[in-house]
Amino acid sequence: MPSREQPRGLLGIENLTRDQIQALLDRARDFQPAPGQSFPRFDLLRGRMVVNLFYEASTRTRTSFEIAERRLGAEAVSITAQASSVSKGESLVDTLNTLAAMRPDAIVMRHSASGAPHFLQRYLDTPIVNAGDGTHEHPTQALLDARTILDRGAKLEGLRVAIIGDIAHSRVARSNVYLLSKFGADIVLCGPASLLPQELAQLAPGVTLTTDMTEAIRDADVIMMLRVQLERQHEAAFPASEYFQFYGLRLEHLRLARPEVIVMHPGPINRGREISSEVADSQRSAILNQVENGVSIRMAVLEQVLGEGKK
Amino acid sequence: MASLVIRNGRVIDPSSGRDAIADVWIEDGVIRGVGANLAANSTTETFDATGMIVTPGFIDMHVHLREPGFEYAETIESGSRAAAAGGFTSICPMPNTSPINDRATVTSYIVEKARRNAIVNVYPIGAITKDSAGEELAAIGSMKEAGVVAISDDGRPVMNARVMRRAMEFARGFGIPVINHCEDLHLSAGGDMHEGAESVRLGLRGIPGASEDVMVARDILLAELTGARYHVAHISSRHAVEMVAFAKSRGLDVTAEATPHHLALTDGDMTPYDSNYKMKPPLRARGDVNAVTEGVITGAIDAIATDHAPHPGSEKMQEFEKCPFGIIGLETAIGLSLEQLVHPGKITLAHMVRLFTTGPAKILGLDRGTLAQGAPADVTIFSTDREWTYDVNKSASKSRNSPFDGKTFKGGPVATIVNGRIVWQA
Repeated sequence: MPSREQPRGLLGIENLTRDQIQALLDRARDFQPAPGQSFPRFDLLRGRMVVNLFYEASTRTRTSFEIAERRLGAEAVSITAQASSVSKGESLVDTLNTLAAMRPDAIVMRHSASGAPHFLQRYLDTPIVNAGDGTHEHPTQALLDARTILDRGAKLEGLRVAIIGDIAHSRVARSNVYLLSKFGADIVLCGPASLLPQELAQLAPGVTLTTDMTEAIRDADVIMMLRVQLERQHEAAFPASEYFQFYGLRLEHLRLARPEVIVMHPGPINRGREISSEVADSQRSAILNQVENGVSIRMAVLEQVLGEGKK
Repeated sequence: MASLVIRNGRVIDPSSGRDAIADVWIEDGVIRGVGANLAANSTTETFDATGMIVTPGFIDMHVHLREPGFEYAETIESGSRAAAAGGFTSICPMPNTSPINDRATVTSYIVEKARRNAIVNVYPIGAITKDSAGEELAAIGSMKEAGVVAISDDGRPVMNARVMRRAMEFARGFGIPVINHCEDLHLSAGGDMHEGAESVRLGLRGIPGASEDVMVARDILLAELTGARYHVAHISSRHAVEMVAFAKSRGLDVTAEATPHHLALTDGDMTPYDSNYKMKPPLRARGDVNAVTEGVITGAIDAIATDHAPHPGSEKMQEFEKCPFGIIGLETAIGLSLEQLVHPGKITLAHMVRLFTTGPAKILGLDRGTLAQGAPADVTIFSTDREWTYDVNKSASKSRNSPFDGKTFKGGPVATIVNGRIVWQA
């Protein structure tokens, strides 16, 4: 049987402790740029090598990891599925073993199959950082979301967070639920019933479900909109034409929420599908802060995984 | 004149109701007699079974031997060796080989190959439809004449109710049962594990219990309509068990089998994304496992079958969603059944023996599963207390896909005798 010991990489939020998460959130602050400046350079990971292996198209997450790696002084190689031996029929295990034989210090990996990095980590000593696996977890997204909420002066404890959209197929939702729950937030998951399995309520303490968007948004401190992932739906679970009408976020919704409500979105946004342009560009939107925090959070994660940072 | 006496074991023979310390005397491949201190001449071989259980040979009515077509995963020979090592004397391979066993020539090939290479009895199961495509009936009559004991499109259930009805009518005419792998393929499409809290947590697509239930419901209604003998393969959901019990209470000729793994494991026991836990039907929730266990206790379930499904490591070492369904199970069946059913006192040892002998023999109409005088001398000898640890790398199967590697069992097979010959010994 494969070993089940705790891997050194970052596979998900579910198995992290609150203290481990807090440490990453705290450390990320040190890496945030001063207003109007670019990210400062650190040489904490000089001489270390990271491979970014993206089996699924991604612009922002891959770029964010690459910038984080370079700002820390590490060397980075990025591989995308289209350009790799995957298209020549090599198995995932063989590809990873081949890469591992080149002795990178860590592999950052995105894959369309849930659990792909968890499966690989059982056979591989090289630490893996999960940059999103299928419909399972996206840990760095949840960390950067938490950093963004904290930056706006909110506390996570007791916060009312509405997560709205295709919850069933969202790795962002799962990672956020695990993280926010560990800090005592109230989480309302909202979406069409066919994309909102009842078992979601058992993911973590403090989770409630509703199919009514106004109920989800009422008194919310944070609204997280999810991208409608038509590519993840294997059937018509919801008539696409009705989506915006019932689950798209518009300005009038914000009146139901707390006055200081923060609107978030993991991007890329579909204007007019899950979020109106007016909301996306409003004062309440923290979407670009999320992108910015992506770099500093990933710096904190890489430093921790590569294990040479000073805390 | 080959002669063998198995001395001093606890003989449990459900066909006669015997449960006592006795000797079993075998001569020329048939049972000569069962009794105390049976006389034997000096040329008689003896097997000391003191402290062991001696029963009619166990029958596994649901295995996959992968031959012809997938010999890299298993062959009739290697599968038969795994069967013998698991205490089985007869096995029934499902027709999903390549070519599919949907005509007499394929049946004859399997029967002939088994006659030459298998160390246990092999009773093939034929396809219901041509190519198991679910449309046109297979050559059921001639397959029966060539040796099939039942028909099934295992793994590719007949979705068209009209075709299933005709198959049941046809099979009834030939006196063989129709076995269905109950799964509504539209409801289960794309699913990789049981739909429930665990699939939601792991972000894997679910196979709802309802995909099994609606098929069992349909088939029971068709069995009533046609008067066919109908058997539910690897039953795993609570409602399916309830419906089989209901069908029996209405006097229908409906039977069911359960696998050891559906009795032993829930969806929550899976090592996340470990494909050695991926099979169809999937490991279900605690309530389902309890219901299947209850079905065994009450008699709604008639047999234990392993659904031994070998896959090579290269196919199982992939992303979970890409891995094929199925696990091997022949060698762990007795250990698991003792652990799940007998040791906790849920059923008697005699009941367990029934599930492996008279249960499947009756469903398939086999002249085996009995120690009656003159019956073929198939005997299973096992222990209920000897501790042993399963090492899948030493398996007689060609494949290694078991979730029970490294597991320690209390009790397991000791010796397997087929047609009077000891074919395996621990």
